[in-house]
Amino acid sequence: MSASIESLVNKEYQYGFVTDVESDRIPIGLTEETVRLISAKKREPEWLLDWRLKAFKRWQSMTEPTWPNVKYTAIDYQAQTYYSAPRSVKPLQSLEEVDPEILKTYEKLGISLNEQKRLSGVAVDAIFDSVSVGTTMKAELKKHGVIFCSFGEAVLDHPELIQKYLGSVVPYSDNFFAALNSAVFSDGSFVYIPKGVRCPLELSTYFRINAADTGQFERTLIVADEGASVSYLEGCTAPKRATNQLHAAVVEIVALDNAQVKYSTVQNWYAGDKDGVGGIYNFVTKRGKAFTNSKISWTQVETGSAITWKYPSVILQGDNSTGEFYSVAVVNNYQQADTGTKMIHIGRNTKSTIISKGISAGHGQNSYRGQVKVLPKAHGARNYTQCDSMLIGNQCGAHTFPYIEVANSTATLEHEASTSKIGEDQIFYCKQRGLNAEHAISLIVAGFCKEVFKELPMEFALEAQQLLGISLEGSVG
Amino acid sequence: MLKIDNLTANVADKQILKGISLAVNPGEVHAIMGPNGSGKSTLAQVIAGHPGYEVTGGTVTFEGQDLLDMDAEVRAQAGIFLAFQYPVEIPGVSNAYFLRAAYNEIRKARGEEEVDPMEFLDVMTEKLKIVEMTEEMLQRSVNAGFSGGEKKRNEILQMAVLEPTLAILDETDSGLDIDALRIVAEGVNKLKRPDRSTIVVTHYQRLLNYIVPDYVHVLAQGRIIRSGGKELALELEERGYDWLLDTAGASA
Ligand SMILES: Nc1ncnc2c1ncn2[C@@H]1O[C@H](COP(=O)(O)OP(=O)(O)O)[C@@H](O)[C@H]1O
Ligand SMILES: [Mg+2]
Repeated sequence: MSASIESLVNKEYQYGFVTDVESDRIPIGLTEETVRLISAKKREPEWLLDWRLKAFKRWQSMTEPTWPNVKYTAIDYQAQTYYSAPRSVKPLQSLEEVDPEILKTYEKLGISLNEQKRLSGVAVDAIFDSVSVGTTMKAELKKHGVIFCSFGEAVLDHPELIQKYLGSVVPYSDNFFAALNSAVFSDGSFVYIPKGVRCPLELSTYFRINAADTGQFERTLIVADEGASVSYLEGCTAPKRATNQLHAAVVEIVALDNAQVKYSTVQNWYAGDKDGVGGIYNFVTKRGKAFTNSKISWTQVETGSAITWKYPSVILQGDNSTGEFYSVAVVNNYQQADTGTKMIHIGRNTKSTIISKGISAGHGQNSYRGQVKVLPKAHGARNYTQCDSMLIGNQCGAHTFPYIEVANSTATLEHEASTSKIGEDQIFYCKQRGLNAEHAISLIVAGFCKEVFKELPMEFALEAQQLLGISLEGSVG
Repeated sequence: MLKIDNLTANVADKQILKGISLAVNPGEVHAIMGPNGSGKSTLAQVIAGHPGYEVTGGTVTFEGQDLLDMDAEVRAQAGIFLAFQYPVEIPGVSNAYFLRAAYNEIRKARGEEEVDPMEFLDVMTEKLKIVEMTEEMLQRSVNAGFSGGEKKRNEILQMAVLEPTLAILDETDSGLDIDALRIVAEGVNKLKRPDRSTIVVTHYQRLLNYIVPDYVHVLAQGRIIRSGGKELALELEERGYDWLLDTAGASA
């Protein structure tokens, strides 16, 4: 059995190449000067610099959290670069101006920035190290009043929206990594869907880390105005390197009354090699605020990163609002993941659903950490949590840390949990029907993840399927 | 077709099969009977290639090839099918998907083209009739939440789809009511051809009223202690196994 598991999980990481571009990098190290330098490079208004500086001060007074169930060598925040951008990228450049080397990089990653060749129905913002290199389909979106652009661009073109919503869901003081991000974030995506508009395209951001010894600190802000709806996808990859690289992002979602936001992630950062050398440290804060009758749905397929620390959450502020979290987290070799969600029920009749599927192989350690909190005024709040773990092999681990706080007696909470092992009998049964072990494991894993995969938009379901080396066709839906 | 010679096998370091010899020719039906724990399932699993059973001696050839040298999936692709005594559940994977995946693997091994989901549906429409099952069955997860009888019928459905040259039915009759038993047995009979052979492992004579064996073997304590024609099954039905065990004990 071990041979077959190896072949499944030790598939060569396809995205580990480096693009040879000349970069504008600021010196390593992190001081107030660094923060000012980044802000200046982005030609930011004073108010944003002030906000960054407050975040930086706050960060200096904070300590790195130690409660996650992960072990890693301490991060030296002075030993890396906080801004690196390809020299060829000009501020506010058009797609025609993108460096062909960078276009090729995205082609290789399966993302076409050429609007004629693009996946129909998807608009892409491409982030390369610290900057956005281009956003497709902007004209088409503009017709509907949808704003989809890099964060840097939004700061200059739509300052009133940024000022109103930046930090409104994840304040800069929220946690150590959010404070760090708030101080040094370099780019990211901004989305605004006007009142009553159903976004005609899927929006997607593709994050690529390329430069060495550089952290990526991006910030995404999505605002769906009253009655608006949007589906947003996020993908990410990085070169193979023997050193660890830090990725500390913040994502904020605002769903105003009657709005719907669906946010999907296929996270495939470099995970390190089979001995646990290298890989991305992925420390991410993702949170949405749901107003009356609105709905925020997070779907994530986490297969990459050496360390994942991530809890996409929903503050169910308004009455009748809904929060959902669908997650598949895979750890293999020496990967560690501590991931889950928080559902904070504030309004009446708020509803949340949590479906978490953890798969552990090799020496991987997978922890689900989830909080369901019902505040005193949340009459009729409901939560359903299902948390399943699958173990492949004998040296991996699965852990569950549920936190439940209920301050309203009319709330209904249901929790189900299971742990299973891919059994020799299951594999043998498949083999007896002519499937090889790799195919058998893929099939069994796909079945296990089915409830989450069916939440993914079509294009991503396919990517997720390839990622797990599995064939989903027909076994889903 | 299948030739087993002096086969011995261990499970968890305990010897279970203590020298089995058996020859099955094309078109033949062999019944293997015997008390609980005598090694019938072990024999079936060893032929199918379960890695948990350790072959310690003897040879098994299938159509002239050394079977013991082949991986389980290769044996399946070569035409060996085992209807499990305890079919395994695979939650979240639809029966239709699983069956098509298996069907295509077997076709590939035979040098035939794979079929797409639409073509496969046509194949299934025919096969479902054999076991009197409905299409609804195809959408359910493999064996998950199936009743005992449904699981057994599902095994025969798989057999009907994969069309093996050697089918081994391990207590496919146990847990079936009389109607289900008839459906399963008729299914097996419909699949009979002069070039296909069947090994039926069973406790009871009643299945053999439907699937009439050419030979009956009695397995006890890891050995075949008696072989005969179909009338041996009737005799066992009447007299039980004890008289055979006594003679076997005396002759040992
Ligand atoms: N996985 C196993 N571990 C330990 N003992 C086993 C295992 N499988 C079978 N056995 C033992 O092998 C013997 C034969 O079992 P089996 O082949 O299932 O018998 P039958 O099918 O004839 O009832 C029994 O004593 C049983 O307890
Ligand atoms: Mg048995």
